[in-house]
Amino acid sequence: MVPFGGYSMPVQYSDLGVGESHIWTREKCSLFDVGHMVQYHVEGPGAEAFLESLTPADLKSLPPGQNTLSALLHPVTGGIVDDCIITRLEAGPRHLFYVVLNAGCREKDYTFLCQAVENWDNTINPVVHLRHLQHDGEPYGLIALQGPLAASILKSALAETCRVDLQKWYFGTAKHITLALPSAESLPIVASRGGYTGEDGFELSIHPSQVVAVTELLLQRAGDDRLRFAGLGARDSLRLEAGMCLYGHDLDDTTTPVEAGLSWIIPKSRRTRERSGFNGAEAIIPQLMPKSEGGTGVKRRRIGLVVDGAPAREGAVVEDGEGNVVGKVTSGCPSPTMKKNIAMAYVQSGLHKAGTELQVVVRAKRRKAVVTKMPFVPSKYWKGGVSPG
Amino acid sequence: MSVAIAGAGAALARLLQKPAQGLATCSRQQHLRTRAQRLNARRTATVRGFTSSGRTLEKRYTEDHEWIDTSNPELASIGISTYAAKALGDVVYVELPTVGTEVNKGDAIGAVESVKSASDIMTPVSGTIQEVNHVLEEKPGMINKSPEADGWLAKIKVSDAAEMDGLMDAESYRKFTEDVDKK
Repeated sequence: MVPFGGYSMPVQYSDLGVGESHIWTREKCSLFDVGHMVQYHVEGPGAEAFLESLTPADLKSLPPGQNTLSALLHPVTGGIVDDCIITRLEAGPRHLFYVVLNAGCREKDYTFLCQAVENWDNTINPVVHLRHLQHDGEPYGLIALQGPLAASILKSALAETCRVDLQKWYFGTAKHITLALPSAESLPIVASRGGYTGEDGFELSIHPSQVVAVTELLLQRAGDDRLRFAGLGARDSLRLEAGMCLYGHDLDDTTTPVEAGLSWIIPKSRRTRERSGFNGAEAIIPQLMPKSEGGTGVKRRRIGLVVDGAPAREGAVVEDGEGNVVGKVTSGCPSPTMKKNIAMAYVQSGLHKAGTELQVVVRAKRRKAVVTKMPFVPSKYWKGGVSPG
Repeated sequence: MSVAIAGAGAALARLLQKPAQGLATCSRQQHLRTRAQRLNARRTATVRGFTSSGRTLEKRYTEDHEWIDTSNPELASIGISTYAAKALGDVVYVELPTVGTEVNKGDAIGAVESVKSASDIMTPVSGTIQEVNHVLEEKPGMINKSPEADGWLAKIKVSDAAEMDGLMDAESYRKFTEDVDKK
């Protein structure tokens, strides 16, 4: 980390620059320490209905071991409090959910969830418990292994007694695993296949006493020709290529999932009268249909852009061909994989179709920008088929 | 050079966690060592240049990490320091000024972009832009390879030579960057 010009530069490790680390992840495997993220258990007979009241996820039909991207929503407006991954854990009681939230929203999420539990308890609802994953005040660790070699590296670190079939362990599922720690017996780790890069990979939720040991084991088993540390700089450019949102930039309290291009997190089953009782549904459900079909539609939408010349960064103004302001960039960087400048932006609805030619203002100059389908770089999630790594 | 970390980057900086910082400190010590070695090498080179050609390569530096070669105020090269180039990481795009533009000390005359950030380059002195380094349009990585020689950005006709006196010499700049790192 280099302090520079009054700012702290985003983190990278000493051996690889951000661009190099990015390419390394796409070709080999990187280890990201993402222990800053906030992990909760939501449990009890009321857990499923409780989470369905705050999010548009269809948890009723979520099988054990399966996870889903979702979002905590504000009442009435349907604005996004935070995006999250919700997993119904594989073993244990059926009403035990594992929820991972953003570090940047730590306090806000905590207040929101506590208030929601309080409101829930004031009714005749079945009981729900909210538990932050920690031990003696130390939060659980979270390590992401990302890249085409992730599966073979994880396999090489499994305990002999841990029999999981990596071939049949698909994207979006979580398993309890144990690793072959040299010094101690491995405490169970919840490992989810997926991540924030678009590559195959795993996120390991680890007891705080074993985070360092697990990291050392993975590095040692893989060797430094296959696995390297990657920092948050590469994480950002990787997720942008994968078309994934970063809360506080591409999503915020005033943005609904429909505006954010995340209508797919509201499954059909949650759009019916009986089951659309989630926060903000009264605003969100009509947005799913355009005005012409009796809905309200949305005024703006999140889109991907490929920009000529200079990279467009957050805050850059988006204009139509005539120079009218039509939106704003929320994330952007030069894509190390594509060698083109990519960005996410919100633009007026109607200008969101792929191929639409717009322009972006960077340092007072207009640069051509074309609306492009996301992900920019095709995702390589493990969904079965040929051997991973 | 003022660094505007791209939106996401700014958030990332806020999200920095302990293990990463620990490792990064380690890398900074290495970085300081390398820089000290390079500065020593450069000092030796300067002395040699002086005795053989009689022309001094007299560089001055700004607190924003630009350098200017003060030996020829009619056509003074401007660029970013080795320290800045290292901190930026791989430069993937360089925005050059337009020849003939009159600029005031501190004006943004261009920008360098890496994957993680965009940084304005401010002119250390007032004057008129005479030449720009078009090589950087095709090979932005030249800034990383040779920030204080072939990676020059522009050449300026200095309008007020006195402005150069207020800038740091190599030794003061070295101390300045060490202090920056300590903070």
